[in-house]
Amino acid sequence: MHKLWLKRSLILSFVAVFTAVACGTSSTQNAGSVKVMATWTGAEQASFMAVMKPFTDSTGITISYEASRDQDALLTTRVAAGNPPDLAAAPSPTLLTNFAKTGKVIALNNVIDMSALQAQYSPGWITLGEPLNDGKLYEVYSWVSLKGLIWYDPKNFQAKGYNIPNSWDSLLNLQQTIKSGGTTPWCIALESGAASGWPGSDWVKEIVLSQSGPTVYDNWWQGKQKWTSPEIKLAWQTWGQILGSGDSNVYGGAKNMAATNFGDGGTPMFQTPPKCYMHNQASFITSFFQSANASLQPVTDFNFFPLPDITSQFAGAHVVAGDAWSMFHNTPQAQQMLKYLQTADAQAIWVKRGGKISPNNKVSLDSYPDPLSKSTAQILVATKIAKYDAGDLMPADMKNAYWSAVLQFVQDQSKLDSILANLDSIQAKAYTS
Amino acid sequence: MSVAAAAPSSSVAVAWSPKWITDRIGGVVLHIVVISLTVAWMVPAAGLLVTSFRLPADISNTGWWTALAPPFKFTLDNYSQMLSASNLGQGFFNSFMISIPAVIIPVTIAAFAAYAFAWMKFPGRDWIFLALVGLLAVPLQLTFIPVTTEFVKLGFTPDHLTSLGLPPFIPLWLAHAGYGLPFSIYLLSNFFRALPSDLFESAEIDGAGMLTVFFRIVVPLSVPAIASLVIFQFLWVWNDLLVALIYVGGTPNVAPVTVSLVNLVGSYGQNYQLLTAAAFFSMIVPLVVFLSLQRYFVRGILAGSVKG
Amino acid sequence: MDFSVLLTDLPTLVAVIIGVPAVLAAYIVGGEYLVRRLPDKARPSVRPWIWVAPALLLVTGFLVLPAIGTIGQSFQDNHGKFVGLTNFGNQLSGFPTGGSWIAIRDNLFWLIFYTLFVLAFGLLLAVLFDRVPYEKIVKSLIFMPMAISSVATVVIWKFMYAYQPPGQAQTGTLNAILNGLFHQDPRTWVQDTTLLFGLIPINNMALIAAAVWGIVGFSMVILSAALKGIPADLLEAARVDGAGEITIFRRVIFPLMMPTVVVVGTTLVIFALKAFDIVYAMTNGNYDTDVLANRMYKLLYQHFPSDYANASAVAVILLATVIPVLIFNLRQFRAVEARR
Repeated sequence: MHKLWLKRSLILSFVAVFTAVACGTSSTQNAGSVKVMATWTGAEQASFMAVMKPFTDSTGITISYEASRDQDALLTTRVAAGNPPDLAAAPSPTLLTNFAKTGKVIALNNVIDMSALQAQYSPGWITLGEPLNDGKLYEVYSWVSLKGLIWYDPKNFQAKGYNIPNSWDSLLNLQQTIKSGGTTPWCIALESGAASGWPGSDWVKEIVLSQSGPTVYDNWWQGKQKWTSPEIKLAWQTWGQILGSGDSNVYGGAKNMAATNFGDGGTPMFQTPPKCYMHNQASFITSFFQSANASLQPVTDFNFFPLPDITSQFAGAHVVAGDAWSMFHNTPQAQQMLKYLQTADAQAIWVKRGGKISPNNKVSLDSYPDPLSKSTAQILVATKIAKYDAGDLMPADMKNAYWSAVLQFVQDQSKLDSILANLDSIQAKAYTS
Repeated sequence: MSVAAAAPSSSVAVAWSPKWITDRIGGVVLHIVVISLTVAWMVPAAGLLVTSFRLPADISNTGWWTALAPPFKFTLDNYSQMLSASNLGQGFFNSFMISIPAVIIPVTIAAFAAYAFAWMKFPGRDWIFLALVGLLAVPLQLTFIPVTTEFVKLGFTPDHLTSLGLPPFIPLWLAHAGYGLPFSIYLLSNFFRALPSDLFESAEIDGAGMLTVFFRIVVPLSVPAIASLVIFQFLWVWNDLLVALIYVGGTPNVAPVTVSLVNLVGSYGQNYQLLTAAAFFSMIVPLVVFLSLQRYFVRGILAGSVKG
Repeated sequence: MDFSVLLTDLPTLVAVIIGVPAVLAAYIVGGEYLVRRLPDKARPSVRPWIWVAPALLLVTGFLVLPAIGTIGQSFQDNHGKFVGLTNFGNQLSGFPTGGSWIAIRDNLFWLIFYTLFVLAFGLLLAVLFDRVPYEKIVKSLIFMPMAISSVATVVIWKFMYAYQPPGQAQTGTLNAILNGLFHQDPRTWVQDTTLLFGLIPINNMALIAAAVWGIVGFSMVILSAALKGIPADLLEAARVDGAGEITIFRRVIFPLMMPTVVVVGTTLVIFALKAFDIVYAMTNGNYDTDVLANRMYKLLYQHFPSDYANASAVAVILLATVIPVLIFNLRQFRAVEARR
């Protein structure tokens, strides 16, 4: 009896395994493939695929693309297990720099076209990719973005006769004027799930750069300047002036800031009557404006001016961010792909689709599809002091503490000293291990 | 058993008596309670369903209940955009390829083990069982790096398996099985242990072996428990995202449908209203599984066989 | 939408559906066959191991070894040097708000309220639904939230808890009810740290509520299966004796369901201690909602190399809190065995 069942099940297993193996898809690799990991999902994934299409068409190399918005966990596990992708693009270079420190990524000096890079990129973007100060390039940037854009509704400004402020003092005056007109001048939204608080951190870092300059800024994100130091404390207090005492300059106060998702932050500007007049956010926010209010048009219904300079010595300083690529396996296909990605032609494809700016100076300003992105690109090209997003350069636990500090500060500005002291204690530990 | 009247509440003979009235009202109250509880429970999901038929602008500005009054502004946009999501067809197939073995393996292995824990004696049995229950507490994130490191060393990766002609999902099946076993064994042992020992004794007298007892007696009697377990394990695997990404990755040829759907949303969260449509789409298969296994949750099979 | 791929790969799927059970059946049949070839005396000592071996192997590989590794790491620093209890000291310093204490406090809230509500609702619904003819329909409806992925559950409850400043039209269901029906100001449910009854922060309860909603189906289904295992004649006999429904529940139903209640309760307590998805996605532990699993996740994945020292200390704290639950189970187990 048992023998019969044993025979039957053994035969079935054998047949099944045989079929599985026979029908198993054998990967026919002619030109090879590249395994890529990035955070671009949704419409951005479509744009990235559009960028790669000419590459795959001409070389026959297939792109095996993995997208995950939870890149930290995924990439860390893969690299630790010894199974990383060939190339990875990260919105924050900290992770990639950590990989570089532990020898998990490959130096790109002999991999990409360095002379072309040096000719087409401003030095700042190249030095950013050499985080270990050993002259070796570990990260190369393909698309970048500008922070510190103050969005406003031109029709609202016109109706009230407000002028675009061109200095910090005139910004504070404008703020006061709007307030005495009975409306809160600012819209700020901090909720972002696991990353809540980051929009506020953008405010503070922009102020640090514009107020105290690039040296202080660099020392700060490198952990060499304390949070309780006068310059950093001053930056928070300056943001406190924007917020107003008790957050009275912000629509909905502390509660609304904490509870509103950053994507919905600017929407109250477009209500009738408007609930606020200005919103500080990076350029991706325009798609959120239009999603909440399909009739809004760029330039007529929403426009931006850059955050005015605070200290004239540091005029023209801007915080920037970008997508950095690193290589884990130096395969011929991955090399070709990386070389392709640094070219102006490749980068222009996404630029033309909207939503990204290229650091490659051979991408002409006419590639930008609308006046707003064109102005952003112009500012980026002309910027005298461009510094990368400080939060993205800090170790992850420091960055998270920074975001939490924003949330705490907004709840009670009088607690600034203890908040900064706490940040110092985290800073003491975060930069060591 | 006393001789007191045992008439059912609808007996005509005692109509309009106090007991009959309270029974009747009791009946109505019961229905009211059941229905209102269910309706209240459904409100969050109903909100999502209505939202999935609304435009992003409406979703941001007004509550979902306002869509239920005129003017009716409904749209199928979210669903059509979701259905044209990249890799949906392949993702669906991958989800089945992942889920079915990832349910069969732990449920079967757990049944084998639970049988042994419940009806066989061996040294250390109680302690091993207790350790298994304790393993329920192990957070999965702790295991990812150690286990995948070993897999990579052994060459047990999707790429290598595909080049051998084997399904690339094997590491994932084993992972889901490993993670699901503590609960499965815990649940099934409980049910197996509740079966009366006289069943086994009479079977042994009849000369039936352990295998026959297992397949012919224990399993049929534990169908409600096994059916529940199948549902839970299936649900957990079908809706899983992280374990799949860790063990087989998110490339289109192996990613389950959860990856395709979650990636509908841009990296800043643009178009998150597509998730509302995606949620209902991905609910279809688990609900079908649940409904088709419903008929196993019936009284009677175990009549007279349950003891404290 | 391209479903043609389903057709071309169908043979593989069928092969797998047939092959996997076949392999497992072959294993157990083959195992028993081998056992039968042993002398009678040897059989009872070899047989159990054949039946538990696959389970033990899988569990050891995926859970036991990493767990042991973690416990070992909790006594080392990130460079492998033995540091005794330093990591635990880090995590347990600064009572009551430093280190992991807020997470421990919050996990306690989860442990008590999540378990209590899910058990109570599950039991209540199982008992009530048993008595209505449309049981299948309402059961399926209550079960439906289980079929929703945790990503979608977070989206649903974000809609439930959404906040607009007072005076604005509310888009969140709860605030609309609060504002529209009860004429109260809307609340920021997920950020609000106001204490209910002076003890429990509202936002923790909000997160717990979202998790409870998703899992009551689980306890209801299992408790319902146990309920249906109670022989009908037993209940009839009690009714005939004139016992009221509540007495029947207390004296007959609940005691007979006790073992299953223990199983469900234990599982829920452990889920409460491992709570992660909802907290991570909605607050990331901000506003005093942190939980141990979230702390561990941050320590593991927001560093490279991961901060194993502290992450494993948090994990060991988590594992340690399960021990009382295990002891309780052991007692129950022994009581049931004694009665057999």
